[in-house]
Parts: sequence; C-alpha cells; structure tokens
Amino acid sequence: MESIGVLMTCPMFNYLEEELETKFKLFKLWKFSEQKPFLQENSNSIRAIVGNASVGASSELIDSLPKLEIVSSFSVGLDKIDLNKCKEKGIRVSNTPDVLTEDVADLALALILATLRKICESDRYVRSGLWKKGDFKLSTKFTGKSVGIIGLGRIGAAIAKRAEAFNCPISYFSRSEKPNTGYKYYSNILDLAANCQILVVACPLTEETRHIVNREVIDTLGPKGVIINIGRGPHIDEPELVSALVEGRLAGAGLDVYENEPEVPEQLLGLDNVVLLPHVGSGTVETRKAMADLVIANLEAHFLNKPLLTPVV
Amino acid sequence: MGELVVDELQVLQQYQEEEDEINGLLPLVLLYGPTSLLSVFGSEALEKKFIFLKPWENPQVPIHEFLLTHAKNVKACLCLGKTELDSKAIQCLPSLQLVVTCAAGLNHIDLVECRRRGILVTNAGNVYAIDGADYCVGLLLDVLLRVSAADRYVRSGIWPLKGEYRLGSKLNGKRVGIIGLGSIGTEVMKRLLGFNCKISYNSRSKKPWIPYPYYSSVYDLAVNNDVLILLCSLTDETYHVINKEVLAALGKDGVVINIGRGPLIDEKELVRCLVNGEIGGAGLDVFENEPQVPKELLTLDNVVLSPHKAVFTPESFIELQELIVGNLEAYFMKKPLLSLYKNE
Repeated sequence: MESIGVLMTCPMFNYLEEELETKFKLFKLWKFSEQKPFLQENSNSIRAIVGNASVGASSELIDSLPKLEIVSSFSVGLDKIDLNKCKEKGIRVSNTPDVLTEDVADLALALILATLRKICESDRYVRSGLWKKGDFKLSTKFTGKSVGIIGLGRIGAAIAKRAEAFNCPISYFSRSEKPNTGYKYYSNILDLAANCQILVVACPLTEETRHIVNREVIDTLGPKGVIINIGRGPHIDEPELVSALVEGRLAGAGLDVYENEPEVPEQLLGLDNVVLLPHVGSGTVETRKAMADLVIANLEAHFLNKPLLTPVV
Repeated sequence: MGELVVDELQVLQQYQEEEDEINGLLPLVLLYGPTSLLSVFGSEALEKKFIFLKPWENPQVPIHEFLLTHAKNVKACLCLGKTELDSKAIQCLPSLQLVVTCAAGLNHIDLVECRRRGILVTNAGNVYAIDGADYCVGLLLDVLLRVSAADRYVRSGIWPLKGEYRLGSKLNGKRVGIIGLGSIGTEVMKRLLGFNCKISYNSRSKKPWIPYPYYSSVYDLAVNNDVLILLCSLTDETYHVINKEVLAALGKDGVVINIGRGPLIDEKELVRCLVNGEIGGAGLDVFENEPQVPKELLTLDNVVLSPHKAVFTPESFIELQELIVGNLEAYFMKKPLLSLYKNE
C-alpha cells in the first residue's frame, strides 16, 4: 500500500503521521503554502484524506481530488466533512467513535468539578501567593445537583453514568427518547434548561444543533446555572454566553471548545468563574493512539476491500 | 493498658444527678477558639440556644488562667477551627464532659486525655465526606487531564501561537489505591467506579464487605497502583506514610492525591520526586506548613495546588451547623449524641 496517496490535512498526532508515512505515500497539506498548485500536481495520486476536528474534508477539497475514495477522520465529530458530497460521490467516510468516549466523558466531569469547586481558581490563588494573606472562599457542592445533558449518545450516556455516581439526578434532551435509561427525557431544550442546574452539551454538530444553546436557553437555565461544552463551539451562541457570564446571568461555564478555535473571547480570559481548555477532549496519550490505530485500520480495510471498522458513509 | 471505653449513658446519668443550672436559662458552652469563627458556622442559630463563654474576647488574659478562673463549671466545649485542645487546657476544665468539634480530623484534640477523663467527643460525622470525595475526584481528574495547566495555557494567550496543548493521561481504567477507607474513602470509591477505575485499599484493618483487594502495607499498595489517594487520619503511625520508598514504588507515572493532612507525606521527598520526574504528578490540598507551599511546586504543570478547602462548601457548613446544634442540644437534653467519636 506504500504507493497509495493519503492526504493529511493538518498536524494532529506524531504517531499517526509516522504510521501513515510508513504504510502509505503521505502528503502533508499544511506543508504547502500554495495549496492549489500542490493539489493540482498530486490530485491523481491521492485516494484518501485523513482529517480531524480542525481541518476536515470540505466541499472544495473533495472536488479537487478526483481519485478520492475515503475520508478517515481522526475524530468522532463529522461537522468538518461535507457528508452529502461524499454520499453523492460514493466516497466512504469513517470516524473514531467509542475509543474516545470515556476520555471525553471524563473531561466533562473534570470541567464540572473544576468549575463548581473552583479548582483552577484556587490553584491560581496558591500560585500567586494569596493563600498567605487569607483563606480562599467557598465553592459550591457538586453531589446531588441536577445535570441536564443535550444528546444522549455514547458520550452523553457515559457522562450520565459518571454523574450518577455523584447522586446527580439526570435529565436529557435529544431528537427522540431513548428506551430504558431511567433518566428524565425532555422533548424541548427549554424544559431541560428549566429543570437542571448543570447543562452539558454532548450532541453532534449539525445544522439543527448550531447555536442550540442560545439566549433563551441561557436565560431559562438562570443565574445559578453552569454550562459545560465538550461538543463543538458553534453549539453555543458564544457572544450571548460571554455576556451572560460577564453580567452574572450565569454562574459559570466549563468550555473545551469555541466558535473560532484557537481564538477565545477575550472577556472570558479575565473571568474567575470559567474554566477554559484548548480543545483537549480525547487528548490523552492512550486515546489518541487508539484513535490513530482506528484511522489506519479503516484505511487498510478499505484498500483491502474489507468492511470498514467504523463507517459513517 | 486498661484504657476506659467511655459509657455514654453513665456520663449522662451523672449529669442528671448534679445541680446544673448555672444561669437558670440557656446552657453554658465554652467556645474554644477565635470568636470570629462562630459566624462561619452560623452564630445566630447557636447563640439563640446556648450562652457562650468566649475566652478569645479577652486576649489580655492567658487562656489557662481564664479557664481556671471562669470555666470551672463548664461541662460542654465547642472547638472551632484548628486551635489545639491539649491536656493542659483540659486539666483547667474540671467539669468538662463533652467536646464538640468541627474539623474533619481530630489530631488537634488530646484524645488520650479525653479518654482518661471520660470526656465524650463528637466529630463532624459524614458532613465532609461527600464534598471531600467530590473534591478528591476533581483534583485527580485535574492532575491527569492537566485541566488547571491547560486553563493557564489558554489564559496566557499561547494557544493560537503554539498550537495544541500536550496530551494528558486517561483516568478511565486506572488502578487507584485508597489509603484510609473511612467515610470519605468510601464515597471516593463509589465515584471512581463510575470512571471504571480499579480500586484497592489500605486501612488499619481489612473490611470484609469491600469487594476490592486489600493491602496491609502502603508500599504494596503503591507497587500495585497508578494513583494513591490519602484519606486517613494523621497519627504517629501515619506520619510521613508516603515516604521515599513508597514514592519509588509508585513510579514515574504515578499520581498522589492528598486531602488528608500535609504531614502524611514527606513533603521534601515528594517535591524532589516531582522536580526530577520520578513521580507523574500530585494534587495537594494540604501541606506540612500551611499556608507555606514549597516554591518548587509553584512552577510545575503536573501539580495542582489547593488552599485546604476540599471540604468547604456552603452546603456543608449549613449541615455542620445543624450537627453542632444537634449534638449540644442532645447533650443538654440527655439524649444520644448525633456524631459520637469512638475514642478507643
């Protein structure tokens, strides 16, 4: 398979890069300042794209690669891939579900605890020498608080399982009710927001879910509410979120994603009641390796005419 | 050694037989500790039901002199904060029968002297267990997933310049060894099972109802785990229980979480291991000389530092206030105490 051309869209993980280089003919898109000439020159060799949550497979990119057969995404999210175009053109698509579920769910809980119990803020307090001057303030209890999850897929369910161990009542909103969860279902996101204190975004980003957390949802959640986003930045109307936090209409937020990564709204950088992470969900050594292995396995399966392990299209 | 196991009923019976109406009104309680702390625990509710003798309002009088002069008939003492109630102070309180405490740990109370005198001690019961457990898990997640360090990365504005933050280490499935499986340890265990962690523990004695491996030595626990969580009391036996050997056994990817007491860890040795990469990371809410924190730790990214607040939430303070009032009322009404400490 060393002659099969694979295009990697951006730097994502050294191990993955090395493996792709060994097994295929790897083209690194980011190394070319002029993409058009590069693509023109090599388009006939490229039969696969490896993309991720930052740079996927856009309509233009797909169109410029006439020999493209498969997009193997180093992510579970598919919002950066033009799925319709892939379907139209018979291009296969695979992603990395399951292997990152636990990590992302762990991160959601890490954000909840860090936000409610002010862990990062108190770490700053100690590092700045303020502890010598006085005790830190109180932080609010997590156990038993109501958790509302938007999207009860693999990640949402894993978050619910963890929150249950903290005796949190769980409720959720999703396109349809899931049977036998034991959790309270709301068919309307405002009802979910009205009935929980910690709102967690865990659904895929699609046209329907863009800005699903808007001003109305934020107002309904209320001034004691906390929003946790481990989905995609565009799930939340970011300017509305920022003003709610700045004005105290929301108690706090734990964010791993933003509308224009890596740009983070400046007003957030000065707030103490938020925890800001640079899109690290799935960012553990163990998980990234498992994701990389899955990307490679899907590519190999495709080129050996075997069934894809984790097909999307 | 002939240590007396205190019979609560015996003490209460004695109380009934004595003339105990000093003021004729509200019962008298000695407030042992800075008066300002009373408001933290809700002074209104307490001062409605009890009259407090407040030696700290008279700083010009040395405490033992004050007690000998004014506290001869005091039967109940409320210990706030970390002020040491040592044997000398207890000896100045000839009528003392009850010590109500608020801290999670009792190492500032001379329990031996209390036992000798037949003085009952109440502790904070389970009030801190849940908040302590939540915080413990939060610290562990922070250390492994680098939450505080990554938050600093974002706030410093480096993300757009330097790109993706470094990878953390997965919590799911990690082997976690809990040292001290009391009320907090049990709550931590429950929570970590939700993250698919593999639990084992060390405790003064094996608990037959716990279905996870027991290690009689902390060293063996360290050999067999990726994470150690300190939740035991500080005693002579547990002083520096985390020492050079245990840290070496835990290894370069190992993580230590301490929300117990600073002196449970040989702090100098821990710092040396962290600086030299001989240990993976640490989450510390307590230190040997609070509020001093070893300066080497202030620049490390694999350490999360916290100013002794693991158990402090408004919710737990409200519960604690109710417990203090409940214990004092129970004593004066000759009813069973709510959170009697088994001083054996």
